[in-house]
Amino acid sequence: MSAVKALKEERVVAEHEGRQITIIPRYCKGCEICVKLCPQSVLEIKDFKVHVARIQDCTECMLCEIRCPDFAIEIAGKGKKGKS
Amino acid sequence: MAFNYDKYMRPGKLPHIWCPGCAHGIVMKSIIRALDRVGLDKDRTVIVSGIGCASRMPGYVDFNTLHTTHGRSLAFATGVKMADPSLNVICVAGDGDSLAIGGNHFIHACRRNIDITMIVFNNNIYGMTGGQFSPTTPHGKLASTTPYGNPDYAFDVAELSMGAGATYVSRGTVYHAIPLERQIADGITHKGFSVIDALCTCPTTYGRRNKLGSPIDMILWFKDNTVGLKAAQKLSPEELEGKILTGVFRNDIKPEYCEEYQKIIEMAQGAVAGG
Ligand SMILES: Cc1ncc(C[n+]2csc(CCOP(=O)(O)OP(=O)(O)O)c2C)c(N)n1
Ligand code: SF4
Ligand code: SF4
Ligand code: SF4
Ligand SMILES: [Mg+2]
Repeated sequence: MSAVKALKEERVVAEHEGRQITIIPRYCKGCEICVKLCPQSVLEIKDFKVHVARIQDCTECMLCEIRCPDFAIEIAGKGKKGKS
Repeated sequence: MAFNYDKYMRPGKLPHIWCPGCAHGIVMKSIIRALDRVGLDKDRTVIVSGIGCASRMPGYVDFNTLHTTHGRSLAFATGVKMADPSLNVICVAGDGDSLAIGGNHFIHACRRNIDITMIVFNNNIYGMTGGQFSPTTPHGKLASTTPYGNPDYAFDVAELSMGAGATYVSRGTVYHAIPLERQIADGITHKGFSVIDALCTCPTTYGRRNKLGSPIDMILWFKDNTVGLKAAQKLSPEELEGKILTGVFRNDIKPEYCEEYQKIIEMAQGAVAGG
């Protein structure tokens, strides 16, 4: 099961079986680059900020993290450590 | 595994000033990963910029940084490098900053082959001042100063750099952010003048006016309209029509300016000592 909890007010971490997607809402400008790049439709925009909607489908491909211009999304996990 | 950018950022500076979807941030992240890849000592590295949206980049990173005057980053960088050639000197500049007002500094830095790495944040426009055309605005495109379409033809930054004498020349894009990171790292390691033409986007003043779609549409455009040099060799001229070439165009060894200058200092000192 996935769970979302807030750490130190500015980081929102979603977790699923050792995978973590961290969002820093104050940095996110809601540009949708990550949302549109994600091949698995893991991410959504709600109230002009990115949200993790389906972390269980994430393949840790890093497409979103590498191209978020705003340092607002981080992927960590046990899977492939590939960067693309 | 997530890359730890914090290690290289000045605390408390984010969010940066760039517009939502501006790809300058993707270039900045590629530069930070490249610096990490090369393993440069922060205290022995100087990042220099001029004026423009791109030129705000050094303000965010925890290196020695200089934010100078419009078009003059290479003049300041040359001074820094000549004062202490053991420093790693990197310039970041917009296409307007480096090729319009700074065009003269640019070609002469290429010609001297001074050991500086120049990263051009090439978004085809003067972003900061509201979208005036730049020397890389494509023919026919709209800018605030070309409301009927740009009558000029754009510089090809790679061709220009090679013609002027730069010894490492490459082009990457923000869609291809990992190859871009590798090129920046190679440019930094290269001894001599390196130019990395980093194709990026200005959704606010260029994309909107030219109806290029959302920030991600502009980034994906690079995926469909660029061809790597190796792949290009297998394509016909028809297939390459309208495509932009990416990759490493030149990687040559040639005597470096500071070393040549040091020889002159020693020769002159010998002449004085010898009477
Ligand atoms: C001497 C001088 N002339 C003009 C300007 C106005 N000016 C500021 S930024 C800029 C152009 C920036 O374009 P570019 O270098 O492409 O950077 P971008 O904003 O697109 O990243 C201009 C003309 C200035 N600051 N100083
Ligand atoms: S790592 Fe890949 S699959 Fe996971 S959220 Fe990012 S883009 Fe989607
Ligand atoms: S790419 Fe970054 S800034 Fe843009 S919506 Fe995604 S997390 Fe937010
Ligand atoms: S004006 Fe253009 S270049 Fe400047 S921050 Fe906005 S999108 Fe980026
Ligand atoms: Mg520009």
